Amino acid sequence: MLIPLIIIGIVILFVLFIYNSLITTKMRVSEALSQIDVQLKRRADLIPNLVETVKGYATHEKELFEKVTKERTALISAKGTGEKAAANNQLTQTLKSIFAVAENYPDLKASQNFLELSEELSDTENKIAYARQFYNSSVLDFNTKIKTFPNALFSGLLNFKEAEFFETSAEEKQPVKVKF
Amino acid sequence: MFLFVIFISTVVYVFSKALGYGPSLVGFALIISGIMSIGSYYYSDKLVLAISGAKKIEKKDNPELFNTVENLCIGAGLPKPNIYIIDDPSPNAFATGRNPNHAVVCVTTGLLQTLNKSELEGVTAHELSHVKNYDTRLMGIVSILVGFVAIISNIFFRSLWFGGGRDSDRESSNAQSIFLIVGIVFAVLSPIAATLIQLAVSRKREFLADASGALLTRYPQGLASALEKISKYPKPLKTASNATAHLFIINPFKGKDTKQWFSSLFDTHPPVEERIKILRSM
Repeated sequence: MLIPLIIIGIVILFVLFIYNSLITTKMRVSEALSQIDVQLKRRADLIPNLVETVKGYATHEKELFEKVTKERTALISAKGTGEKAAANNQLTQTLKSIFAVAENYPDLKASQNFLELSEELSDTENKIAYARQFYNSSVLDFNTKIKTFPNALFSGLLNFKEAEFFETSAEEKQPVKVKF
Repeated sequence: MFLFVIFISTVVYVFSKALGYGPSLVGFALIISGIMSIGSYYYSDKLVLAISGAKKIEKKDNPELFNTVENLCIGAGLPKPNIYIIDDPSPNAFATGRNPNHAVVCVTTGLLQTLNKSELEGVTAHELSHVKNYDTRLMGIVSILVGFVAIISNIFFRSLWFGGGRDSDRESSNAQSIFLIVGIVFAVLSPIAATLIQLAVSRKREFLADASGALLTRYPQGLASALEKISKYPKPLKTASNATAHLFIINPFKGKDTKQWFSSLFDTHPPVEERIKILRSM
């Protein structure tokens, strides 16, 4: 009578440890995701400033400004990693177009405001990239933990599902089209 | 680490058998060594910075360095450490701090001038990996153990001199003399052995930091070419001392390149050529 009880006790302890380990890793994944959001928001906040600065010099690029503002809104309201990744890429492409436009206006290129904004935007792009990298590493960690033995035995029971990687879908991987 | 603990247990066992002391000796030596090391562990960052004459910087002082460190911290999931600069033309860098929340990263002005962006990222990633892998804590524990071994050997010698406690049982006196002889050999060699083990651990952690840094930047060539540039610089770092030498990315005392096996056991860092070779083959 005692031995089966001890075995059951050990198994329960084991499951507890596994649960704690999986929860900790899962929390890290959610934190990493919110870090990406922080950086995406940072970039979104810089956009209106950029539009105003460029507008001051390149007055007739109205279409482009409207496009970028629309895509900025799309990014802010995107939910889920797939949507966010897509919105992010869309915005990046349009921003490239804006910077290409700026090449035509030497006064704009020389303005202090524009220079600082470009620096900030470029730094934010780097930060987004690193945040994505960290998120994907955390997801890899979590998914691996769920699937390896012995955790695999219990992860279904304890309701742990795989997390998604922050990646671009096939259509977004097309080469950038710079439109004026 | 495990082997180190076994090594120490063996040493202690031999000593106590030889002298007839009990386990209280162990506790005593451990406490003294612990006290000596805990202070340096908690204040490791302040101590090193004071010795090296480093100055703290804010974002406006050097935005490129600041952003590099900040971005890599995002990639590693670490909180941003305090950043310091040492004014010295010799390129070098170090990181210290007992855990990621109390960490410090420091570079020399020479480093900032010599390296390009991807090389600077490589070096910074290496230093942040030291923080992430809790290397300061590990080396702190190792040095406690080394100190412990040194103290025990010391006590052993003193007891021999002044006549230690003996088992009154005559029959065991033969066994006791054997232990005595082995004990003397141990007492002489074990502090040296402990130091060698400490240096071996240090070298292993350097390789680990290289690898973790490469994983962080996904670009091992950056660190490889940085190491090449740094190792070519002829002059040693002015404010480095023996106490802080092991923290830097490359040994700040530029000795001649000795490939002899014996003296390389005493290096805190693995040879640069090997580190570069490993990085380039990733």
